Amino acid sequence: MKIRSLILYSFISSIFLFSVVSIWKILSTLQGIDLKNFNFAIILSLGIGISLINLVIGDKLNSYIKSIVFASFFTLIDGFIIQNMPIWYNIGVFGIIIFYSFKIDKYNQKNLELEHSSQSVLFEFLTLFGIVLFSFVILFPFYMMIVTSFKTQAALLINPLDFSINFAQDIKELFKSYFVIFDTYKFGRYILISTFVSVGTVIITLIFAIPAAYAVARLNFFGKNFLSTSILIIYMFPAIVLVIPLYTVFSQLGLRNNVGGLLIVYTATTLPVAIYMLQGYFKSIPKELEEAAIMDKLNWFGIIIKIILPLSIPAISSVALYVFMIAWNEFLFSLMFLDNPNSFTLSRAIQYLSGDAETPRQYLMAGSVVVTIPVLFIFVYFEKYLVSGLTAGSVKG
Amino acid sequence: MSDTLSKIEKRTAYILLLPAVFLVFSIILFPIFANVWISFKEVGLKDIRIPEPRAKKIVKSIKDSSDEIKIIYKLRNSSLILDIRDVKFQDKTPKNVEPVNLDERCQFKSNIINCNFGNWKAKYKENFQIILKNKKGEKIYKKEIKSIKPKLSGESDNILLNTNFTLKNFKKVFFQNEFFDLLMTTFYYTFFGTIGSIIFGILAAQLVNQKFFGRTFMRSILLFPYVGPVVALAYTWELLLDPYSGTLNNLLLNFQVIQEPLNLLGQKYLTINFFGFDLKLRLALTTVIIFEIWRYFPLAFLFILARLQAIPKELYEAADVDGAGPVQKFVSITLPQITAVISILFMIRFIWNFNKFEDIFLLTGGASGTRTLPINVYEQGFTISDIGMGSAVSIVIVALLLIFMFVYFRLLGKRADEN
Repeated sequence: MKIRSLILYSFISSIFLFSVVSIWKILSTLQGIDLKNFNFAIILSLGIGISLINLVIGDKLNSYIKSIVFASFFTLIDGFIIQNMPIWYNIGVFGIIIFYSFKIDKYNQKNLELEHSSQSVLFEFLTLFGIVLFSFVILFPFYMMIVTSFKTQAALLINPLDFSINFAQDIKELFKSYFVIFDTYKFGRYILISTFVSVGTVIITLIFAIPAAYAVARLNFFGKNFLSTSILIIYMFPAIVLVIPLYTVFSQLGLRNNVGGLLIVYTATTLPVAIYMLQGYFKSIPKELEEAAIMDKLNWFGIIIKIILPLSIPAISSVALYVFMIAWNEFLFSLMFLDNPNSFTLSRAIQYLSGDAETPRQYLMAGSVVVTIPVLFIFVYFEKYLVSGLTAGSVKG
Repeated sequence: MSDTLSKIEKRTAYILLLPAVFLVFSIILFPIFANVWISFKEVGLKDIRIPEPRAKKIVKSIKDSSDEIKIIYKLRNSSLILDIRDVKFQDKTPKNVEPVNLDERCQFKSNIINCNFGNWKAKYKENFQIILKNKKGEKIYKKEIKSIKPKLSGESDNILLNTNFTLKNFKKVFFQNEFFDLLMTTFYYTFFGTIGSIIFGILAAQLVNQKFFGRTFMRSILLFPYVGPVVALAYTWELLLDPYSGTLNNLLLNFQVIQEPLNLLGQKYLTINFFGFDLKLRLALTTVIIFEIWRYFPLAFLFILARLQAIPKELYEAADVDGAGPVQKFVSITLPQITAVISILFMIRFIWNFNKFEDIFLLTGGASGTRTLPINVYEQGFTISDIGMGSAVSIVIVALLLIFMFVYFRLLGKRADEN
């Protein structure tokens, strides 16, 4: 057995164990358990011990029995001897050790002798470590957002680490922040405005983009190459350099505080990417179909409606969803153009809410949940379409 | 025959393109050029409001005579800076009513009072009075008079349309505002944000490219920060990082990682003792960069994953036969395959991060050493209310952007030539 592989195996796997147990400890702390220490030395040595014993036992013992023995042993020391922990905490630790035991089960004295075994060990545990860490770092803010929206200001100030939600209380109390933002802060109206603006943007963008994309994809005209490169260049220009002239012009034309003004701007800023995505797809539709249609004396309008549209439903829905998400999430223009609380979009309303230092944070987080849920729902539900949109559109953000 | 057909084709193409091109031109290209115009002018936020003549109508009854009524118009010029020329006034009266001792600037004809007030200076104010008398001696009702609104019109200069130009704004941009510091902050933010998101993108893509339980679920989760609304995410982070009641600081304090709470978004420098050397870390800027990486690594991840999945399996199988280890496989197969994608990503993200506004604005508002060029556009234009300055900063951004794009397309062209 290579000594280097052995050390790496026990050390890396224990570090992985330590990090998973630590994340579990953080989550438990947030449920009100008083933990002050990660016990780095103890957990690490326990991990090294277990991994070495695993090598000694090898497959002399059934892996189920082995993992249960390891888990009980670890839980006993961590949850009863070092500190006395509630049962649900110990069940969690037990589960983690079971998982860990199965992961180290496949290593035995033989395969640690193989070439590159140390690298394989490293990669395997780094992967696991990465999955755990990435999920934790990404999901934690979302978790906090939801929990905070169900708490009260007083509870948040007394103990910021208390993430437990009291489900026993009255529904009205539990969802109080949501009731408040809908009653007092008119969030129902903002949802309607946001939906109207986003759906409107999608529809107008498609009406403008489909003919243009068809022209770029199929027809020959002077300046075609120039146009297709300028689409990309225009797309790179950021909103922030458009803001001041648009603000001045819109102020003078009375288009500020007007949802119509927002619609125009959103449509114009999403048009280049919509055209770019659609023309790529239109090019892949076989030309023969259109040639047959021309024989049947169909004009260009007819071709687009009767042939191109039905064939490009996937591409069009992908553009539609992508544009919807951009419009729904947009913040800069709504900040610039909307001052009047009667015409706010959701994003602008939340920013307005936060501008008042008196606003309790649970209202802010309830608002954030309200604006986030639809987008994440659409994303998860239509992920297939959206991912193709994100990669094709690629750069906006 | 074919000649006319191609003519028809051309015409159709232009018709199909016209609406889109027109919209994009007026909302995107026109403002970029308008920036140039505005940046050479001295314009404040208050100047862009067009001055209006305004009148507030107050109706008062006169004691002991119900057939007479007094109307006071509080006239004023809405602008504090600009004059209004040739102000015209018009108001209607009920039937059978005529004004008594009408002001000489006005005329009364068929129930309409027309006045010509001439020029109003900026800040102009006047209380203009009319007494109406019923010809038949009947009572005049206040409500009836009040319900009619006077109409006013006038001409004024539009400060945006005159031809007074100045170089003042650009002088201020380059010499007054610690321009170099601003530029360096922007570059730090852009560079480290881009590099960080690409590194984490590679790591995440490498993860998801392996087979494990819940892999598609993992892919969805990894994209959450990118698809979530920036407002919600930024405020969540702000609460998370709050020095007193934020979860992160309290966790770190609880587990004794730090002794004092860190004001991660509000402190400009953090001094770290590193082997006896005092290192000054730009704390708030670092935090903002970390948020940026958190939010945008998913895009890099998506691109790199797509590329990784396109690498032929045979390459790895051949490497296995040759006895290469995982590290060797990554260095000599994976990495060369993804360099093209990484370099494109780097350039695109660099340009976008350079222009990023919302994230910093929502997290710190540009305070504690996080002011970048885009934040400065907003600051100058809307906080200090100097539209001209804001435009001048925009022009600087556009100029730098054009340089980046030039480099980008040159490199892209070269790459296309090589392949």
